[in-house]
Amino acid sequence: MEKLIAQRTISVNEEGYLTDFSQWTKEIGEGIAKEQDIAMTDRHWEVIDYIHDKFQKEEPLSIRGIKKSGVINIKEFYKLFPGGPLKKATMIAGIPKPKSCI
Amino acid sequence: MSKTKVRKMMFILSKATIENVYAAFIMANGARMEGIESEIFFTFFGLEAIQKKKLEHLRVATVGNPAMHIPTMLGGLPGVEALATSMMKKEMEKLDMPPVGEFLEILSDSGCRLWACKLAMDMFHLKEKDLIDEIEGILTIGDFYNRADAEGTQLLFI
Repeated sequence: MEKLIAQRTISVNEEGYLTDFSQWTKEIGEGIAKEQDIAMTDRHWEVIDYIHDKFQKEEPLSIRGIKKSGVINIKEFYKLFPGGPLKKATMIAGIPKPKSCI
Repeated sequence: MSKTKVRKMMFILSKATIENVYAAFIMANGARMEGIESEIFFTFFGLEAIQKKKLEHLRVATVGNPAMHIPTMLGGLPGVEALATSMMKKEMEKLDMPPVGEFLEILSDSGCRLWACKLAMDMFHLKEKDLIDEIEGILTIGDFYNRADAEGTQLLFI
């Protein structure tokens, strides 16, 4: 389905995840974050950069990976993206929701 | 975003075989990842999973476990349990599943609350210093029930 965000029409799935990463811009990320009641800071963007890096390398994301990332620890990750951090951070980053159980 | 009515998952872990411990950990962690509160109450043999000296030595049960597909007599032979355990640990590592100690750190950092059962602690003559630092306290089952304070709380016995 289509959705208007940051004055642009993007296609998303029923959960609100972008279905085409090429449509993603920082403004769209910011708009999705706002809908999730998250105000993006430089620290948030550092995490999004890490997530994009993993996505481009086609490496799966996991909470254990966050622990080892050297970018952020798990406690801060939960604080920055409250209520399901990996789920929310990937949505803001414009990539699919991780399928892993861990 | 999320339609779930589950707000809080509370696990009572009473066993120390690897498959049961991981079941509790994965479900408790999975809850946190979905924005659901989670807590684990370690009782009876479940206490093995939070004892500093024991937690990295948990094993898979090879006797009395028909899903192992080996004869029970064979499962009881010396070394079989250790072999099955190391094979299972290798498979888990392939899936990037953390070892028990690291998993407990992840759970604690993720905001999963970890408790030890008072009665079982007394029964096994355990002291708080025998347990990992991530354990927040020693509770009675009544204390644990009283923590089920949110609408949409589920309790699960493992």
